[in-house]
Amino acid sequence: MKANYGYKDGSGEFFITLDTDRCTACGDCVEACPYGVLEVVDDPVDPLSDVQVAVVTEAERKKIKYTCGPCKPVVDRPPLPCMTACPEDVIAHSW
Amino acid sequence: MISAGIDVGAKNVKVLIQEDGKVLGKGSVLAGLDMGADIKEAFDAAFKDAGIARDKVEKLYATGAGRNEVKDADDSYTEVGADAAGVAYLYPEARTVIDVGAEEGRAIRVDERGKVVDFAINERCAAGAGAFTEAMARALEMPLEELGKISLTSTKAVPMNAQCAVFGESEVVSLIHQKTEKRDIARAVHDAMATRITSMARRVGVQPEVALIGGVAKNVGFVESLERDLELEVMIPDDPEFVSALGAALLAAGIAK
Amino acid sequence: MAEDTNSKEYWRWTESNWRDPDIDWKAGEIISVGIDVGSVSSQAVILVDGKLYAYSNMRTGSDSPKSAENAMDWALEGTGMTQDDIHYVVGTGYGRVNVPFAKRAITEIACHARGANFMYGPTIKTVLDMGGQDCKAIRVDQKGKVVAFLMNDKCAAGTGRGMEVFANLLGIHITEVGEMSLRVEEEPPMVSSTCVVFAKSEASGLLREGWPKEKVLAAYCLAMAHRVVDLLERLGVEEDFAITGGIGKNVGVVSRIEKELGIKALKPTLDTQIAGALGGALFARALEQKGRKSK
Ligand code: SF4
Ligand code: SF4
Repeated sequence: MKANYGYKDGSGEFFITLDTDRCTACGDCVEACPYGVLEVVDDPVDPLSDVQVAVVTEAERKKIKYTCGPCKPVVDRPPLPCMTACPEDVIAHSW
Repeated sequence: MISAGIDVGAKNVKVLIQEDGKVLGKGSVLAGLDMGADIKEAFDAAFKDAGIARDKVEKLYATGAGRNEVKDADDSYTEVGADAAGVAYLYPEARTVIDVGAEEGRAIRVDERGKVVDFAINERCAAGAGAFTEAMARALEMPLEELGKISLTSTKAVPMNAQCAVFGESEVVSLIHQKTEKRDIARAVHDAMATRITSMARRVGVQPEVALIGGVAKNVGFVESLERDLELEVMIPDDPEFVSALGAALLAAGIAK
Repeated sequence: MAEDTNSKEYWRWTESNWRDPDIDWKAGEIISVGIDVGSVSSQAVILVDGKLYAYSNMRTGSDSPKSAENAMDWALEGTGMTQDDIHYVVGTGYGRVNVPFAKRAITEIACHARGANFMYGPTIKTVLDMGGQDCKAIRVDQKGKVVAFLMNDKCAAGTGRGMEVFANLLGIHITEVGEMSLRVEEEPPMVSSTCVVFAKSEASGLLREGWPKEKVLAAYCLAMAHRVVDLLERLGVEEDFAITGGIGKNVGVVSRIEKELGIKALKPTLDTQIAGALGGALFARALEQKGRKSK
């Protein structure tokens, strides 16, 4: 499943897409993110299964453009900690 | 040399006239429907303020979103370029410029010579600019100036969840209903806004000294929240909303490059 | 329904309740309930062995637990059923954690997907829900399981709230916006700002320039439709396609979305506002069954 967390506002599209079918709930991304954007919980869109997956925390969903800002300097942008940490290539950022 | 800079912003049109680095006069008008008329009016105000005739100005540079509307400008610069030039003249020690206007926020990193190294912009979303505080002041039914002042007296940090000026208004109204003190709401508004501006600034890397310009720099509540968030003091010139126009005028005169 | 005197109320619809008199709930094995406490409206749906038995749809008050109670009570009205007869209650919607008698809270996305699958049948693939304060796009499989989704509740553009700002600016009633926006001979260029705040100043400018209200509305409905289509394209649209939620009743926006996508939205057979609560009730039934099996 492709879970798109984030938003589109007047200034652009800011989505973190998590491909939950590949997620093993290892929690490496949670550890790597310096700002607590990610967490591992029971899959919120599949309530009948007991599978755990990574999600963007409720508190961050409306402001990831800002929270992720420091990870995304305008020049010489390094690889993102969350994406680098994930062994299963679950995480993608739209901006 | 006497030169002029005009900043055709989203909300105001500002003109500044200078001679050899000394400001002779300024004029500002609210932008309405007829851009041509606004530009003329802003010029008239600035010439009146300077007490000189229009033909004394040897060169005119334009900046701002509507800079192409200024037909008789000798050249035009982006807001980023004009901001950097203006700040480099006022504060040569500044390495970071934060400009918060009515409809746009910008962060610019400049080198020792005042040259732009890189920049980030918050645009086209009212939540990232002065329009946000204006809308919240309206929801609180108080003048903007008052909003800034009472924010300083707040004793409690209340979180604000809305990241949109429209939803923010509803949140402010419900905070009022919950009997949250107005001064604490004011601080919540400024804290929220400051967080957005700070993270934009972090994208260019915040290096001291930091200069804050643009109309929102006059809001003392916002300034306090921003300084708390940045964990440093910012430098604010006397007329922060005229710095872009000043930059354009200095570029026109060749004082800034 | 009492006359609404609050001009700030941004989405109006008729409150309603419904019951299927042919179902004898006492003969049912599992009575499951879904309660959706949204920002504007709340619904309760009662299923008897997976069949739709009763529902209510009413305004959300300032207190979420109370709104949940009210919706529940109204759905129960005239059924002879009491809360003690219900086996499992699921809460959903933005007030989902505040449904006092719910055994479990489930996200809107999961519930809407499941509810749409029930409402439109297994051929439904893409659901667009345009509510008072958010906009969701969901891709589902034939079983109603979510394949992909996105939810935008950060920005007022593309929501009922954004539309209300325009209705207020023009001094017309929110329910008239859609029809009125279609009374133009030719589509004007769309309002260029996405941001509701900036779009509002743009519209004020257009009015001062002498544009009639119809034309301004057309320009805004067009912008809103375009924005939503943009969002949908992130997921990809596959037929069958349906639009639910408050704006789903605005013909000015819906017809323009259909036009831009080149696809027609399915006509609903039930009140689309109950989709979330319906999905919740379906999950409640499944969870009750699961619980009984494991005993
Ligand atoms: S970009 Fe940075 S802040 Fe954003 S989720 Fe990844 S690690 Fe966290
Ligand atoms: S409507 Fe709100 S979130 Fe959307 S662009 Fe405007 S201020 Fe930003």
